[in-house]
Amino acid sequence: MLEVSGLVKRFGGFTAVNNVSFRVDQGEILGLIGPNGSGKSTIFNMLSGTLAPSSGSILFDGHEIAGLAPHRIINRGIGRTFQIPRPFRRLTIFENVALAGFYGQGRHSRIKAEEAAERSLAMVGLPTDRHASVDGLGAAGLKKLELAKALATAPKLLLADESLGGLDEAEMDQAADMLRNIRDELGITIIWVEHIMGVLMRVVDRVMVLDHGEKISEGLPSAVAGDPRVIEVYLGTDAETTQAAAAEARRRAGG
Amino acid sequence: MMGQGRLAAWGIGLAALVALPFLYRDPYHLHILVLILIWSFAYTSWSMMGRFGLVSLGHGGFMGIGAYVTALLWNHLGWSPWIGIPVSMVAAGALALIVGYPCFRFRITGHYFVLVTLALSGIVLQVITATRDYTGGSLGYTPNRTSGNKLLALQFDDKTTWYLIALGVWLFGIVVWHWVDRSMARYALEAISEDEDAAAAAGVDVTAEKLKITLLSALMTALAGAIYCQYQMFITPDTVSGIAVSLQMVFAAIVGGLFVSLGPTFGAVITILLAETLRIGFGTKAVGWDNLVYGVLLVLFIIFLPKGILGSVLDRLKPQRKVPRAHEQEAVQVARPGT
Repeated sequence: MLEVSGLVKRFGGFTAVNNVSFRVDQGEILGLIGPNGSGKSTIFNMLSGTLAPSSGSILFDGHEIAGLAPHRIINRGIGRTFQIPRPFRRLTIFENVALAGFYGQGRHSRIKAEEAAERSLAMVGLPTDRHASVDGLGAAGLKKLELAKALATAPKLLLADESLGGLDEAEMDQAADMLRNIRDELGITIIWVEHIMGVLMRVVDRVMVLDHGEKISEGLPSAVAGDPRVIEVYLGTDAETTQAAAAEARRRAGG
Repeated sequence: MMGQGRLAAWGIGLAALVALPFLYRDPYHLHILVLILIWSFAYTSWSMMGRFGLVSLGHGGFMGIGAYVTALLWNHLGWSPWIGIPVSMVAAGALALIVGYPCFRFRITGHYFVLVTLALSGIVLQVITATRDYTGGSLGYTPNRTSGNKLLALQFDDKTTWYLIALGVWLFGIVVWHWVDRSMARYALEAISEDEDAAAAAGVDVTAEKLKITLLSALMTALAGAIYCQYQMFITPDTVSGIAVSLQMVFAAIVGGLFVSLGPTFGAVITILLAETLRIGFGTKAVGWDNLVYGVLLVLFIIFLPKGILGSVLDRLKPQRKVPRAHEQEAVQVARPGT
């Protein structure tokens, strides 16, 4: 459903993303990992239209979307969350999501938008009460709101940006399960960017690893976790930590 | 949502306002009321975009275009204000789009947007002053008195007629304010005022939404200028355009309350009573004092009472609606298995 080829983004003399190609199939969860500054968020920003690629092509459902404005890309069915939640504090929780439901689905019907908001809030487990304020939400609640906003736009493809930063272990597992439910129940294809490798490995179908803006590995979670190049760049060269993390990843992937 | 009680209060208030000129005929007081209503409409028009953080100091320009284009078309081409006013509104709207589009497209926001719009009202003032062969320059301009149909020329001698026209225009402004307030566009504009990228990620066409509200606001402000011109039958660049008029709009809207529909109206009552008091009390010795008072009060209000007088009073009066905090609700849901 998504076919990215030769994607490049330069900021002045710095190449943040260098000739990255990949594809995502319908109904799949693709994990996207890599150290800080490896180009994950830049790729997301190009897929969602926040940044225009320097060169390369992004085909979504067979149509070129590289360089389109964000609202056009959303209306074609690509929703996104932000790494740091960006709620609209002057609106209620419900209004936040209804806004996304209205504008994200091409401004057709307010009633449909409000129905989409109710469904999305219920899906992520937030109250559907219309007057609840955003200020009452904690870190986990804000992440859920971010997800509900993205879901309300009725995406075919969801770009989930490091959804789990700042959560404790139980919350992390819950959030990971939620992403899987979204795929299983709503049939939404997901690209998931994440720092925390263990949780990600348990849920994704395939993983792609970036380093310094280049793709260095791609494949099944168990295979990628054992790839020496990945271990070197992503986990560092400290042997003990590396092996522990790889074992943890394999255990989670297996379980 | 507008409850039955509020609707009734609006109805009674409006009936009283409509009845007023038939019961009370003091021309000076009616004159003050007409001015208050026209300026209230102008301030409401400004607040349409001002409430979303789009602080424009260019609205003096839109108002000046509304007044001068209408008067010039009447005097030079003999076009009735019924045609001249829409033309002047289109002119102001076109200018708003020409200035607004590059600002919004290239994300000129906050202080920089204020500066661009400041230049706009300065330029309009300069153009009016510089083309003195047509506009009379800084000496002012008077639409020719009609010898024919007064309705066609939109020139009336009695205050009651003008009072009712001004009331109608003012009411129109309030209705538009409520219409925007209850629309989805309000959500989008609130979102844009907080975080443009996040609004775009929710599917909002940021540039288009900002342009729409700017256009609406400019059209209404031009209408205010034209009505003011028809009522006063004398305009000068300084009374309908320029930075002073723009600042006066900002001041009145903020003092009255930006986020409530009657806030700008309340601001107009205060500014016009203040100006009249100074004028009558101190005469020519106090020329320009009102602007000084505006400036000082504006600073005080922005710091201490950002919701304005009416906004703050309504906040106090509003029965505290029990708003369940979201996390409390989460706790409730967790504690109740099977929901």
